[in-house]
Amino acid sequence: MLHIPCPYCGPRDETEFHYGAQAHVAYPEPNEVSDVEWAKYIFIRSNPKGWLAERWVHSAGCRRWFNVWRNTITHEFGPSYKPFTAQPEKPTA
Amino acid sequence: MSNDILNFTFDGDHYVGRPGDTLASALMRNNVVHFTDSAYKDRPRGIFGLWVEEPNALVTVETGAGETMVPATTIELVDGLVARSLQGIGDLPDTRDTARYDKANRHTDVLVVGAGLSGLMAAAEHARAGRSVIIVDDKPEFGGHLADLQHEIPAELIAVLALPNVTHLQRTTVLGLYDQGYAVAVERRTDHLGTQVRSDMARIRTWHIRANHTVLATGAFQRPLVFANNDRPGVMLSHAAATYVDKFGVETFKTAVIVTVDNQGYRDAVRLANNGVHVLAVVDIRSKPVGRAVAAVEALKIPVITGKTAVDTGANTDGCVATVTIATAEGNSPEVFTTDLVALSGGWTPTVHLATYIGIKPTWDPACAAFVVRHKTALHSSTGMLSGDFAEDDQPMVFFGPILDQQQAEVAFVDHQRDAPARDLRRAINAGMRSIEHVKRYTAIGTAQDQGKTSGTITMGLIGQALGLAPDEIGSLTFRPPYIQVPFAALAGRDRGLLSDPVRTTPIHSWHVNAGAPMEDVGQWKRPWYFPQPGEDMHAAVLRECAAARNDVAVMDASTLGKIDIQGPDTGIFLDRIYTNMYSTLKVGMSRYGLMCGVDGMVFDDGVTTRVGENHFIMTTTTGGAARVLDWLEEWLQTEWPDLNVYCTSVTEQISTVAIVGPKSRELMSRLSPGLDVSNDAFAFMENKHADVAGIPARIARISFSGELAFEINVPAWYGLHIWESVMREGADLNVTPYGTESMHVLRAEKGFVIVGQETDGTQTPDDLGMDWIVSKKKDFVGKRSFSRADTSRAGRHQLVGILPDQGDYVVPEGAYIANASDENAVMPVKHIGYVTSSYPSAELGRSFALALVANGRERIGERIVIPMAERVVTGVITDSVFIDKENTRRDG
Repeated sequence: MLHIPCPYCGPRDETEFHYGAQAHVAYPEPNEVSDVEWAKYIFIRSNPKGWLAERWVHSAGCRRWFNVWRNTITHEFGPSYKPFTAQPEKPTA
Repeated sequence: MSNDILNFTFDGDHYVGRPGDTLASALMRNNVVHFTDSAYKDRPRGIFGLWVEEPNALVTVETGAGETMVPATTIELVDGLVARSLQGIGDLPDTRDTARYDKANRHTDVLVVGAGLSGLMAAAEHARAGRSVIIVDDKPEFGGHLADLQHEIPAELIAVLALPNVTHLQRTTVLGLYDQGYAVAVERRTDHLGTQVRSDMARIRTWHIRANHTVLATGAFQRPLVFANNDRPGVMLSHAAATYVDKFGVETFKTAVIVTVDNQGYRDAVRLANNGVHVLAVVDIRSKPVGRAVAAVEALKIPVITGKTAVDTGANTDGCVATVTIATAEGNSPEVFTTDLVALSGGWTPTVHLATYIGIKPTWDPACAAFVVRHKTALHSSTGMLSGDFAEDDQPMVFFGPILDQQQAEVAFVDHQRDAPARDLRRAINAGMRSIEHVKRYTAIGTAQDQGKTSGTITMGLIGQALGLAPDEIGSLTFRPPYIQVPFAALAGRDRGLLSDPVRTTPIHSWHVNAGAPMEDVGQWKRPWYFPQPGEDMHAAVLRECAAARNDVAVMDASTLGKIDIQGPDTGIFLDRIYTNMYSTLKVGMSRYGLMCGVDGMVFDDGVTTRVGENHFIMTTTTGGAARVLDWLEEWLQTEWPDLNVYCTSVTEQISTVAIVGPKSRELMSRLSPGLDVSNDAFAFMENKHADVAGIPARIARISFSGELAFEINVPAWYGLHIWESVMREGADLNVTPYGTESMHVLRAEKGFVIVGQETDGTQTPDDLGMDWIVSKKKDFVGKRSFSRADTSRAGRHQLVGILPDQGDYVVPEGAYIANASDENAVMPVKHIGYVTSSYPSAELGRSFALALVANGRERIGERIVIPMAERVVTGVITDSVFIDKENTRRDG
């Protein structure tokens, strides 16, 4: 059971959240991209071993979407941050 | 005096023990050596270990809250205890566990697992630095190895346990360690109190602990050696044997032979000898043992035989050990000793379980002859015997047992509980297995209740020996929680029965229950399935309910539909982007059915959304999709279109919805709301009216999920039951008939209406469902771009169609595959062209029918198909997906 740092509410239990996959996947202008680029937007996500910026929603709390760094090996959470704010540096540890 | 005598019953016989005993120590003092027989091979077995490592002495406890299968070595003796031995396999009781269990949650700076010397020292260090500390220990008393030896524990360490920033939990076992310093532990609070326990006290408390730092001070278990007939009662771990004799006063054993690979065996020999056991010899595989313990043995004039080890044992008439044969590792120069105790010291096996739960790999240290954990990060550290900090002069040799011939290997046991001998390991290796993970599954070694606490390292060592590899080249030890067996009831705590999961009911639920409706679980919702009259089964009830909806009037509780209140000046624009069809042009007071797609263009949810004000909409979603849709709306609003001024709120539970359905619903509606003009001209399809219904202000919508004339009455939730009862009263002479989810499904399927999640599985576009009419060509919306992708627009996609089986009384199972009719007599398997998604008997059609997804289905309407079932081949024809009222005339009454 993870503790997830909501940037609005602070650390809360994993059961209060829903996962939103990789963060910062830009929504392309649908009519200006090729099929290949569009398919890449729909289906392709990075799956690194290590730190990944992810999107989560605090469904059972403030209901807000936010971004957070998470280490996919250790499940350690790095800094979380609100949408449209500067992304903190990728954690080094 | 009576406090010093504990009466107990074991296998029907009466015994006496004393305070401080475990069931095992008391039985040993009562000379119970042959404890039970083994699970699969019926071999006599005795108590082997001291604590949770015990593989043989399993019992069922029949008194108190009872236990199905636990080692006798872990049961604290209480007066009146009744237990019986098990042959390796327990029976789950069929009675409910009525004991009380609870949970506690704690955050702490430091969690120390194990209150032996090293754990106590770690706790002292952290506590004195001002940190909050929880120290847990699974035994009846703290002190670990020192307590076994009855050595005094330094007073300054004991004092630490009483510090205000220290929580000391004895009889508490950490079951699992997880990410982020999360630990789950169970504290046994009452079993050791016997009959003195208060009934309101929780038997086991499950602790959920979050620690910034966890110190693993879990200690080590001794391991045995593998040789022929090493499993007889009277063959024991030497530390266990010495502790039973020295600490618990066991006088069963008159003579002993110690078989050792390290100096621990010598220390145990001294303890045995000092307590009156005649130690015949210390048999040491090492050639030149040295050290204080060796000197102590020599001082007691105990013979030391070097370069030899045990190779076989013999038994007395009861099956207990009577002789031991010692020889070189190759079996040369055998000698036989007559003895009733063979005490084995095969080296220490650190208790690495918890460390492996969080991904720490134990490393093989040849100097320790053990897998050790030497770990230090911000989150975790290890200390004590776990890190290989054994007694200063242990000097173990890496040795697991003598060379065995085939016959010896058949009776040289590696895992006592699984009855698995060394021969099984050879078979696994000969079958080509090398990895410990494969060998484990092939032999079942390490998979019993004790999870191989005494066999793990030996297994790796023996495989390595056979392959000429070091133990760590075989793989690494991996264990999984829980560390010991735990009652499910303890993990559940008080969250049992009704409290195990939230139950959502509508305001009308009590009426449904009183009407005798069986409930269908839809997510956490309880929905009435059907309303049987006396003597009716579901089939009969559903036919009657559907007929009432088609011919008279029927009523359904639609309160579970997801409802999202959406407000703000940009709501129309927002809905245009979310739905495939237009909403910004919808007139106030009108409803519209809409489809939502994911970015991949696949149908994601559907429902009717109503514009109740210029900037105010109420969206309905599928019952199961409400939470998912709300997350989805918020994601787009918050992360993609923050410029839109739109606010969403769930109002599912605030609004109760009663749908009255059927040709006579207009008459019923006019009775319920006398002031309302319910004529088709004044109140059109998809229109909403605000009016009093049975005296309650309501929003009435002309929405139909059956194709029939229908009115949906929406009121604040607390009036739901009142509206329902009014409907039943006012409609009594109209044959108003309550119906449940089953009839709802049939009615909508007859009309060809899809249910998202039944006709769809996330791979259907609106066009696949024949719903291209609802997809706007003028505007952009989420998922539209995907409709022109090659895969989405290709020919041959599965499309929604109807199926009519030739045999009208046969209901095709949902999920059944459909094949071309030309394949009727083909040899199985045949290629399928689609599958059935919904299938029911229909009162209206007087026959069975189905909806299906079939490749190129719409072009195939009229074609014959077969549905190959296990027992027969069903024949039928592809039809349109709408079975009744294609012209939509019924909805206006």
